[in-house]
Amino acid sequence: MWSNLASLARHRPLIQSLVARELKARYRGSVLGFFWSFVNPLMLLTIYTFVFAKILPNTTPETSPYPVFMFSGLLPWTWLSSSLLEASGSLISGGNLIKKVLFPAEVLPIVSVLSNLVHFLLGLVILAAFMIWFQHFPDWNDLAWFPVIVMVQLVFTLGLALLLAALTVHFRDIRELLGNLLTFWFFATPIIYYYKMDTVQDFLWLFKLNPFFHLAVSYQEILFFHGETPTGSSFGHMWSLLALGGASIVLFVVCYWVFDRLRDSFAEAV
Amino acid sequence: MTPAIELHEVTKIYRRYGGRQFSTLKSALLHRSILRDLKPSETFPALRGVSFAVPRGQTLGVIGRNGSGKSTALKVVAGITKPTSGWVRVQGRISALIELGAGFHPEISGRENVFINGIMLGLTRRQIEQRFDEIVEFAELTQFIDAPVKTYSSGMYMRLGFAVAIHVDPDVLLVDEVLAVGDEGFTHKCLDKFAEFKRRNKTILLVTHSLGLVERFCDEALWLDHGERKHLGDPKRVIGAYMTDVERQEEQLLTADEAKTLRDVDNPTRSQAQTIDDQAAAKDMTQLTEGRWGSGGVEIREVTLLGDQRQVTHIFHTGEPITVKLAVSAADPVTDFVFGIGIFNAEGLCVYGTNTDIEEYQSDRFAGDADVMFHIEALDLVEGTYKLDVAVHKRDGAPYDYHRLLYTFRVKSRLKDVGIYRPRHRWEFSPTVKFRLKA
Repeated sequence: MWSNLASLARHRPLIQSLVARELKARYRGSVLGFFWSFVNPLMLLTIYTFVFAKILPNTTPETSPYPVFMFSGLLPWTWLSSSLLEASGSLISGGNLIKKVLFPAEVLPIVSVLSNLVHFLLGLVILAAFMIWFQHFPDWNDLAWFPVIVMVQLVFTLGLALLLAALTVHFRDIRELLGNLLTFWFFATPIIYYYKMDTVQDFLWLFKLNPFFHLAVSYQEILFFHGETPTGSSFGHMWSLLALGGASIVLFVVCYWVFDRLRDSFAEAV
Repeated sequence: MTPAIELHEVTKIYRRYGGRQFSTLKSALLHRSILRDLKPSETFPALRGVSFAVPRGQTLGVIGRNGSGKSTALKVVAGITKPTSGWVRVQGRISALIELGAGFHPEISGRENVFINGIMLGLTRRQIEQRFDEIVEFAELTQFIDAPVKTYSSGMYMRLGFAVAIHVDPDVLLVDEVLAVGDEGFTHKCLDKFAEFKRRNKTILLVTHSLGLVERFCDEALWLDHGERKHLGDPKRVIGAYMTDVERQEEQLLTADEAKTLRDVDNPTRSQAQTIDDQAAAKDMTQLTEGRWGSGGVEIREVTLLGDQRQVTHIFHTGEPITVKLAVSAADPVTDFVFGIGIFNAEGLCVYGTNTDIEEYQSDRFAGDADVMFHIEALDLVEGTYKLDVAVHKRDGAPYDYHRLLYTFRVKSRLKDVGIYRPRHRWEFSPTVKFRLKA
């Protein structure tokens, strides 16, 4: 297993070119082409903003301007959910490679996660535009933490992606189930609502069991909120995040182990 | 020197994971059988204890019927699947031409696909850049290389896949029946490329149904049968043994087929129902439905085909003698009888037909059991499957017993000449016309 993990580094050129291919091929043939990477999050943002500004007005004053608040949590969520959805089907749709070519199977879910990371990063441009529009800026000092959060989420997502990809080969049901699970997970995470609301605080212990809670809150504290902690930093969630980072590494190793155990069955079961 | 490819007692058992429709997550959870479901419930051995070695620079051809484990052997050598037991050792870089262009993405251009495919096969970006022009030229796709691959014809697609795979410059090349991808010209180019590989002392493992290719091209041949190594050695001898076995198998099939046809025809309910139709059918000799009809005054009890050693067979080689033997019996003596025979090819064309009346045998008297033999000294037909009509009827054509297309035999030929009939022939040339022996 460790040698396989080590050889992942050797596959870097392959992963790079496959991610590039994924991005290129995705919008090939559409009129807007690459701009869809911007238009998609923009449309998503517009819909949510309309709903929570006009239909169900958000009354928590802390979350104003609401679009910036919501988008700080929604963007990373989209990265997670589309990564997992794509990764879970990646081995099956790439079956030809696994069956007919000597191909390192783990590359496929990894490519799903990484190409969605690129979309996430492009979405940040839209977020920045909204920050300028609303004149609501993050604390610049806190932004140094941003890459750390992204790394934690990356490791966390990679672990889950590998696990889901491997299991879906044997249980196709996972793909169907996953869509619903993700919807549930989305609402169970304070993305469209503020986690310091009283109604949330009542169940805070339950929320804290949700790993993405810590990621979402971290993103919000860094990108949206301003200094509240005694040190003057808005990032009060730092330690939870680092703990999640450690847990994610363990998760990744365990998931990779499962993937590695099932590896030999892929070529036959796909 | 260690061989380039070495397999030792390799067994590959394919597993079928617990009856498909039950192995969903729900039922697995309900019955707490996740672990059990991941274990095989049914197994199929694709390779059984196969050992062979290919020395460096040699070409081994693997032959065998469909499902004999050829492709599995190739995949095991390629490392795509792992043997269940035994071990495989391969020295040097492998390139497997198993599925050409397996990693192509339809939406992006041929150029980009060449790069990605090359990286998948283990080249670096720079190496691909160096070989790019050569690859495109080999694939004959210079004009189209910037078009998306989805616009390619299947031939173009395969050619590009082939070109990339062959330019990986492997030490060991694994080829699975991929020479059928292009037109004649491209096939020649591929063969030339293989020949070049051989000259450069590369090792080739070739899985194919084209026995001619194995004979011309390979240093050794391996015959796999039901996952077992049947023969390994000189291509000519292995192919000879294989052909004999294929014929034996075909013979069994034809015999079984014939038995079934005769059973169907003899089935009383069916023949009852058919009698009326058959009366009409009997008049129309060109109608090509199998069947048996007639008044039964004389009965053809059995029809057998005999080969040159008087053995019962269904497989003949062009030019060999054949004997059609009819065992007939007449319960009451008859005076008006004609024996006839017709040979039809697979398209239903009458190749030859004759009877005793045409050949001016005047019937006199016949009673009890008797044998009628029809000898052909040399069966000068081209390769193919043929069917027989045999009949005994009155001079006016009223049938006693008519067997329509009930018997099948197959003619084999080393030459792939065309048509139906092969006249005895020879060629003669003036001395200025020169030929060389074909390699």
